[in-house]
Amino acid sequence: MNAIGELMREPSASGRYGGFGGRFVPESLVPACEDLDRAFRLAWGDPTFRGELDRLLREYGGRPTPVFACRRLSERIGVRVLLKREDLNHTGSHKLNNVIGQALLAEAMGKTRLVAETGAGQHGVATATAAALFGMDCTIYMGATDIERQELNVFRMRLLGAEVLPVESGSRTLKDAVNEALRDWVGTVATTHYCIGSVMGPHPYPFIVRELQRIIGDEARQQCRDLLNADPDLVVACVGGGSNAAGTFAGFVDSGARLVGVEAAGGAAMSHGIAGIVHGMLSRFLQDENGQILEAHSISAGLDYPGVGPEHAYLGELGRAQYEQASDEEVLAAVELLAQTEGIIPALEPAHAVAWVVREAGRSIPRDSSVLITMSGRGDKDVALVMERLGK
Amino acid sequence: MGLAPSLLHRRDAGHKLLVPYVTGGLGRDWIDSLEAVAAAGADAVEVGLPFSDPMMDGPVIQRASVEALASGATAQRIIAEVASADVSVPVAVMTYYNLVARMGHRRMAHLLAGAGVTGAIVPDLPLDELDGWAEEADSAGVATVLLAAPTTPPERLKLIVERARGFLYAVGSMGVTGERADLAASAAEIAGRCKAATDLPVLVGVGISTPAQAVEVCQVADGVVVGSALVRRLLDGCGPEGAADLVREFRVALDG
Ligand SMILES: Cc1ncc(COP(=O)(O)O)c(C=O)c1O
Repeated sequence: MNAIGELMREPSASGRYGGFGGRFVPESLVPACEDLDRAFRLAWGDPTFRGELDRLLREYGGRPTPVFACRRLSERIGVRVLLKREDLNHTGSHKLNNVIGQALLAEAMGKTRLVAETGAGQHGVATATAAALFGMDCTIYMGATDIERQELNVFRMRLLGAEVLPVESGSRTLKDAVNEALRDWVGTVATTHYCIGSVMGPHPYPFIVRELQRIIGDEARQQCRDLLNADPDLVVACVGGGSNAAGTFAGFVDSGARLVGVEAAGGAAMSHGIAGIVHGMLSRFLQDENGQILEAHSISAGLDYPGVGPEHAYLGELGRAQYEQASDEEVLAAVELLAQTEGIIPALEPAHAVAWVVREAGRSIPRDSSVLITMSGRGDKDVALVMERLGK
Repeated sequence: MGLAPSLLHRRDAGHKLLVPYVTGGLGRDWIDSLEAVAAAGADAVEVGLPFSDPMMDGPVIQRASVEALASGATAQRIIAEVASADVSVPVAVMTYYNLVARMGHRRMAHLLAGAGVTGAIVPDLPLDELDGWAEEADSAGVATVLLAAPTTPPERLKLIVERARGFLYAVGSMGVTGERADLAASAAEIAGRCKAATDLPVLVGVGISTPAQAVEVCQVADGVVVGSALVRRLLDGCGPEGAADLVREFRVALDG
């Protein structure tokens, strides 16, 4: 597990990534997590399951997504920027890779209902989409604060036939939505699959979601070789729970590329978090000296989470990946810059990765380096918010 | 006396066991409520150490946790108040693992033992993750109460029973804490399975809201934990006397 070649493969039997991970859930949920682990391993080794997943991702999701070499942005900042275009997936983000896989798994397990949390609404929309595609019932928990700032996605989910329930407890954002989804699942586990949205939660979720997102990195590795005749010097992705970053890093962890995860400055669990146990996992969380979890604050609802997936905590501890931050202001500037140099309006979440690259180009990123950035989602959902913040 | 001996003593004398739950730090007079509840016929009391993200709790205990935390409650302060409370039955705490981990296993175990707390319930610390804490708790003399759920398979129940201390907490209903109009069918079933697996007292919690439900489930179980029904009244301002009244109602019904 410590050799670099073994990184981002199997967690230990207890779901550990180094000292992080595990399964810290009430007894009622332990058997469900065990069933899920068994079902996933069976499915993942089954060519029929893999074939059906591949087919859906291609014919329904639009995979493979391209890697695009940015000419004008690269000239502007002096490093060679490549974008892995997950924003071109059906529903507009990388979240679809995960939910199609989990819905297929839920179906194989005989479950008829999906429950999920959502922050920005992208995972909620993706889950509602998969539920419609598979003919399943769907309930999405969303913090009341996020419902206000992501109105369009709320309507989208309802249009897709999902029930969207506002969460009024705690900070009324993503962390509270996860609590509520877990509470739902405790009571409904016989019929319901909890379709978690990132590489977090109790084992085996961080493993399942990383494997389902691995396609980002696996595709991108080959695409970079085709374009650069080499691996990129840096691979950069934003980190909320960390699923698009984990999926991307999985394809490059055994390469020479420097791996960089970029968190929101107001939700930087990797930089400011302390080891703790929330949402079923031992990882890093923003918390006070008494162990109460703190609220994250970010312009981007998708990164507004006080924790991070356990495998990132491990990669950070090993130094195989580094974790940096971008501020709300830098992110807004990055949205404008990418829109005006490349004609691509990014979601606020991946704009964090762009913002960090723009800031560090010519500084900690040497001039003329090649940098792959995962463009995890498109910006349509954020346009109203950006308009308000830029005062235009 | 330790938690298990004390409860066994009462059970073997022919009593059904009643364990009310009070959120620590909820209102200025929460210690008065604890003392009143303990004196009104409880066989042990459970004190919640509030956590910001109580995954196993429904709306009532969530609200109580938020209120207690907003008024400055901390685990240390609550445990210190328990230490000086006038309670003649065993006290167990119920909390979430992050509070324990943040303080440190050994420090928490010693703090509890030093305050005379004889049991701990940590619902998000299942059997498989128990080792680090259980070692310290065992050596400090704090009984770690484990949960058994309707979904727990028989082989796993055996392992749980081996590691359980104090009493076995049979989760009566699949779901989080909260009041239910009817007793779930799963309650008597899991209580029966637990009774067949252990000599420890078997108490049913989650969804025991009325004295009638308590009596019904105690046809199989040794006793009940009553949480949300009591905490809701405390949130509504029933005060120590009102809380004691409810506990007396349960006591009378169980002694029927
Ligand atoms: C477009 C986009 N990118 C990234 C994220 C953050 O999630 P993760 O860190 O799991 O990739 C979100 C979450 O909502 C998102 O919508």
